[in-house]
Amino acid sequence: MARTLINVPKTAKRGDVIEIKTLISHIMETGFRHDSVGKKVPRNIIAYFTCTYNGEEIFRADLFPAIAANPFITFFTVATESGTIAFEWEGDNGFHETASATITVE
Amino acid sequence: MVKSNRKNAARRMSRRQLLGAVAGVVAAIRVAPARATPASMQEAIRNVVGEAQVTKGKVHLDVPVLVDNGNTVPLSIEVESPMTATDYVKAIHVFNELNPLPNVISVHLGPRAGRAKVSTRFRLADTQTVVAIAEMSDGTFWSASADVVVTLQACLETL
Repeated sequence: MARTLINVPKTAKRGDVIEIKTLISHIMETGFRHDSVGKKVPRNIIAYFTCTYNGEEIFRADLFPAIAANPFITFFTVATESGTIAFEWEGDNGFHETASATITVE
Repeated sequence: MVKSNRKNAARRMSRRQLLGAVAGVVAAIRVAPARATPASMQEAIRNVVGEAQVTKGKVHLDVPVLVDNGNTVPLSIEVESPMTATDYVKAIHVFNELNPLPNVISVHLGPRAGRAKVSTRFRLADTQTVVAIAEMSDGTFWSASADVVVTLQACLETL
């Protein structure tokens, strides 16, 4: 289980542009480093991140090894209706993590 | 008959010269950015944009000028766009010159984003140029670049 930290406003006015901040603990091993005996450390990264708002995709990112450890991604969306904003991370070695937040739109 | 042929030849010559001049100008424009940035990044950019032309502007790339630690470099990209259903930013791609891989991140947005701004943290292996390219809903591409000086390098260090 990777720890995740999500920041979504609890309430918003309809039509407001809200900022969403996401953080997940992950080593993001590049696959280009060598250990002390010169052996290559295999790649282990999160490759895909998606965000859905009441089931509809609003944001998607393809990550590469150049993304720093513990990927931090922030983006914006329009608060359209009350509901759930869900997050999904997928990566090497079958890595899969989800998180979600609820928002009330007045 | 002979006269008209000569006339045609003269015309052909001038057209050839004109085409040559145009080709020269196009080559000069094409070569200028390629010299400033290594080939692998250009190739990665071509894989994304295809044959489309990339214009400078509309994109604001916010990255520190001097970085102490290349392992975590804050990066923020904002694209000027009304973000309406008919005119919005489809995707933003970030590239670098000297990391082992030219790609950094590709994000896909839609009109529901409201504001075309994305922030993250990335790694830099060396002092280099970072390029951000935005793909608009009308199929045009816009770019911005930033030079970053890195003192502690990332990506390739041993454990």
